[in-house]
Amino acid sequence: MLRILGKKLGATGFTALPAGLALRSYSSSAKQMTIREALKSALDEEMAADQSVFLMGEEVGEYQGAYKISKGLLQKYGPERVVDTPITESGFTGIGVGAAFYGLRPVVEFMTFNFAMQAMDQIINSASKTNYMSSGNISMPIVFRGPNGAAAGVGAQHSQCYAAWYGSCPGLKVLIPYSSEDARGLLKAAIRDPDPVVFLENELLYGEAFPISAEVLDSGFCIPIGKAKIEREGKHVTITAFSKMVGFSLKAAEILAKDGIDAEVINLRSIRPLDRSTINASVRKTNRLVTVEEGFPQHGVGAEICASIVEDSFGYLDAPIERITGADVPLPYAANLERMALPQVEDIIRAAKRACYRSLPMAATA
Amino acid sequence: MACSATAQIIQPLSINSARSVDNSDACTKTLSPSSFLGSTPRINKKLFAVNKSISPLARRPTTVFAVSSDVVKEKKLKSNSSLSNLLITKKEGLELYEDMYLGRAFEDMCAQMYYRGKMFGFVHLYNGQEAVSTGFIKLLKKEDYVVSTYRDHVHSLSKGVPAREVMSELFGKTTGCCRGQGGSMHMFSKEHNVLGGFAFIGEGIPVATGAAFTSKYKREVLKEDCDEVALAFFGDGTCNNGQFFECLNMAALWKLPIVFVVENNLWAIGMSHVRATSDPQIWKKGPAFGMPGIHVDGMDVLKVREVAKEAIDRARRGEGPTLVECETYRFRGHSLADPDELRDPAEKAHYATRDPITALKKYMAENKLVSEAELKAIDKKIDELVEDAVEFADKSPVPARSQLLENVFADPRGFGIGPNGKYRCEDPKFTEGTAQV
Repeated sequence: MLRILGKKLGATGFTALPAGLALRSYSSSAKQMTIREALKSALDEEMAADQSVFLMGEEVGEYQGAYKISKGLLQKYGPERVVDTPITESGFTGIGVGAAFYGLRPVVEFMTFNFAMQAMDQIINSASKTNYMSSGNISMPIVFRGPNGAAAGVGAQHSQCYAAWYGSCPGLKVLIPYSSEDARGLLKAAIRDPDPVVFLENELLYGEAFPISAEVLDSGFCIPIGKAKIEREGKHVTITAFSKMVGFSLKAAEILAKDGIDAEVINLRSIRPLDRSTINASVRKTNRLVTVEEGFPQHGVGAEICASIVEDSFGYLDAPIERITGADVPLPYAANLERMALPQVEDIIRAAKRACYRSLPMAATA
Repeated sequence: MACSATAQIIQPLSINSARSVDNSDACTKTLSPSSFLGSTPRINKKLFAVNKSISPLARRPTTVFAVSSDVVKEKKLKSNSSLSNLLITKKEGLELYEDMYLGRAFEDMCAQMYYRGKMFGFVHLYNGQEAVSTGFIKLLKKEDYVVSTYRDHVHSLSKGVPAREVMSELFGKTTGCCRGQGGSMHMFSKEHNVLGGFAFIGEGIPVATGAAFTSKYKREVLKEDCDEVALAFFGDGTCNNGQFFECLNMAALWKLPIVFVVENNLWAIGMSHVRATSDPQIWKKGPAFGMPGIHVDGMDVLKVREVAKEAIDRARRGEGPTLVECETYRFRGHSLADPDELRDPAEKAHYATRDPITALKKYMAENKLVSEAELKAIDKKIDELVEDAVEFADKSPVPARSQLLENVFADPRGFGIGPNGKYRCEDPKFTEGTAQV
């Protein structure tokens, strides 16, 4: 699909540099790592550090991972810790939950989160509610991970985004990385976390390489759960996004900058708990908000963010909040329809301009 | 056993029980001699013999096994060979050949088109399994239902969906059978009663069971003259999934007119069937639920057809479901994106010699049913048909922008009331289709 330019736009935190600056200028610490390597290294290190961590899922072992995330892990840890399961989502998720009940730390991989719908009962009823129902007696240190959201041309049943669904369940933590640093840090945090974590990856991002610093490579590196990251600072409009949409938003910000609109891009990283304070602080600074997501519009993540802003920072808003989401249809297969049904960079730009009351290009006045 | 009185299953072949078992392999221990011969006497099930693969690759020995029973050399039926020695007439033979060749030519063309970028996403090809589709579906009437999985191109073609429509659907054009909205994995046709095309394995089985339920309901409650049968096609991996068992139970309980066809091609992406299943003999799961379970060589269209005839007739008579395990093989990988590294090349070579199309050709030639020229004429006709389908698909237009919001609901008022107080769908600009909220 589209080339994500996120890696050139300061994913390591050099957010204030002008967008046109190439990577070379700060390359001394900028080793490149793909999301795939990031996830694999995180899994590898956590499995090495703690014997009770094991990976379970379809094709994770001999096939080296359906998307090659767990490549080499079977050879290193053996079939008892990298378990190939039959195609029984409900069954093996339940087995993972039971294992977590009894003291192990499973990482359950779904080939895509669409397939996890067959295991919904186990994820919601068994995993997320148990700590509460047992009044703290039984905790559930389990991670559910896999690709989420649309890939390229895979049709309606393979392309849904589940961030909003899982984000509404008490008892779950929902993490959604964008860059390699996010992937590594959040997965490590998820595995170490004593609660059930739903870890939503993105298939199209697996091959994307991002620059990372030496700190990220350290085996103790963890990102705190529940903190969003400001990928790019700005003054005129806040754009919140997660997963692949962060890349699109950064691209859009670059283009908007030419029109004099300085956008602040927030990478949510954590859908549940949602980092309301960062988002509110940003909106209080810029006074305008555009939320971007790939999922369906109704009851989406953007809707929750809008509600949060209206509750906490209503007086600071200078314009109605704009939501960019996927179209309200099951994702069509035909390539041109699919493109229309998913947010594109132009949609983000258009929404940002609308929020700035700037449908026609003008000089910045802020 | 509940099904004993009704098990009139014809066994096309006597069993070739010669095989060798590698004792060091824990997984094939379940397939030891004693468990084979312990069939319940009332149910004639064909038991298959297992041969360990000879190839000594460094892979774990559990991943490969092959059926050793002979295929084409056996020509006679044991019991039902009423009038003639041959299983098919010339006309039927040509029909079967044409259908299988169409399936093969079409899938090969799909592979070509995929690598040229005309098709995208997930494409799962059916090469090698044609005997199952042709063997079963060519016995159906137009009103009978077929439900399949993501490997559904050939099922749709066998059922009668025109090749042009299937190819256009794969290209994502508006002339496709689902107007480009479904794609490779979601072939639906109301006219030909193809109920999909499902991406999730096991998802189609309850749907097929429901179609069978409808058939029975129409007959018994609505008192219509309805003897439609539903066929559910699915793979070996699905037989470990909960939905499969739930449907076996209900179908047997309510005696639904359905045939569960397992296309056991021994592999679920990279997971070998023996590694994933506690008891790899899937046909055994039928009797556990009170229906006959049969195993048949799925590389031989004539054998499949015989078994299918009996199973479908059983369902039509109202005697209930049947579970048919067709042991077959897919010559290509799971999908066009699958590197297919885990399957033993010796296994692939073995099955390539049992190509169902070659087998049928050989049978018809040996029995002097058809001439070489007639077969060549069919080949040419099908090749042209597939070429024409590609051209048609190529020239067809992509869906219009307005198609994006169509068909979400049967009643488009489901989109609700717009800001002007009227239903959104009544606004003439509505179907121009936007991706913005």
